[in-house]
Amino acid sequence: MKNKMSVTFDSCSENESFARNVIASFILPLNPSVDELSDIKTAVSEAVTNCVVHGYPDDIGQVTLSAEIDGDDLHIAVSDCGVGISDVNKALEPFYTTKPDEERSGMGFTIIKAFMDEVNVVSCLSKGTKVEMVKKIGVK
Amino acid sequence: MEVKYSVDKNNLYVYLFGELDEYSARDSKNTLDRLIDVHTGVNNVVFNFSHLSFMDSTGIGVLIGRYKKLKKLGTPSFIQSPSVSVNKILQISGLYEIMPKI
Repeated sequence: MKNKMSVTFDSCSENESFARNVIASFILPLNPSVDELSDIKTAVSEAVTNCVVHGYPDDIGQVTLSAEIDGDDLHIAVSDCGVGISDVNKALEPFYTTKPDEERSGMGFTIIKAFMDEVNVVSCLSKGTKVEMVKKIGVK
Repeated sequence: MEVKYSVDKNNLYVYLFGELDEYSARDSKNTLDRLIDVHTGVNNVVFNFSHLSFMDSTGIGVLIGRYKKLKKLGTPSFIQSPSVSVNKILQISGLYEIMPKI
C-alpha cells in the first residue's frame, strides 16, 4: 500500500504525546507488532523533543511530522525551522548534550538510531533541522 | 504523570503512572525530589515502573538526576518492573549500571 501524511504543530512539549499518537494511528494499517509500534513512537518522540528543546530553545516555533508508507517501508521526517545544529556528527554521539546542566541524557539520537533502520540528520544553522528515519515493518 | 509511594521495611518504593517525557519531566523531577527529601533515612529507593506506559531519553535524564541526588545521600536506588519498551530504553542508555534492575 501507499499512503502519506503531514502535520504541523507548535513546538510545545504538550504536543509530544500528540505526535506519538499521530504516527501510531497512521501506521496501524501496516499491522505493526507491539514492539515496532513502541519503537516508532519513541523515535518520533525523541525527534520532536529535539525540536522543542534544541530547535526552539527560547520561543515556540513550528514542527512538522510527515510520514510515508511505501509497501513495508515506513519513511518519517521530523523537521523544524529553528536554530539548527552546529556539529551534527557531535550531536549524534551517545551522551553528548549541549545542556548538561538541565539533566539531559544526550541519548536522543542514539535511541533513534537503535530503534529505526536508517537515520539521516540534515541541519543548517539559523534555518533548521530535519531528521529522516526509515523502518521496515513486519520484517524481523 | 502521577507518582505514588510506599515505605516498607525502611525502603522507599516509588510508583510512576503514565508517560515520562519532556512535558511531564519538570513536575516529575519536583515530585520525586520532594519524596526523596522527606525520606532521607531510608535504606534503598526502588522506582517501580509497572504503571509507566512510556518513557524516552528525557526520562533517562530525570533518573540520572535522581540517582546523583540519592548517591550524595548514600542511598542506593533500583528499578523494578519496567515494560518491554521502557526496559529497552533503560538497557540502551546503560542506566542499569547505576540503577540495577531488581
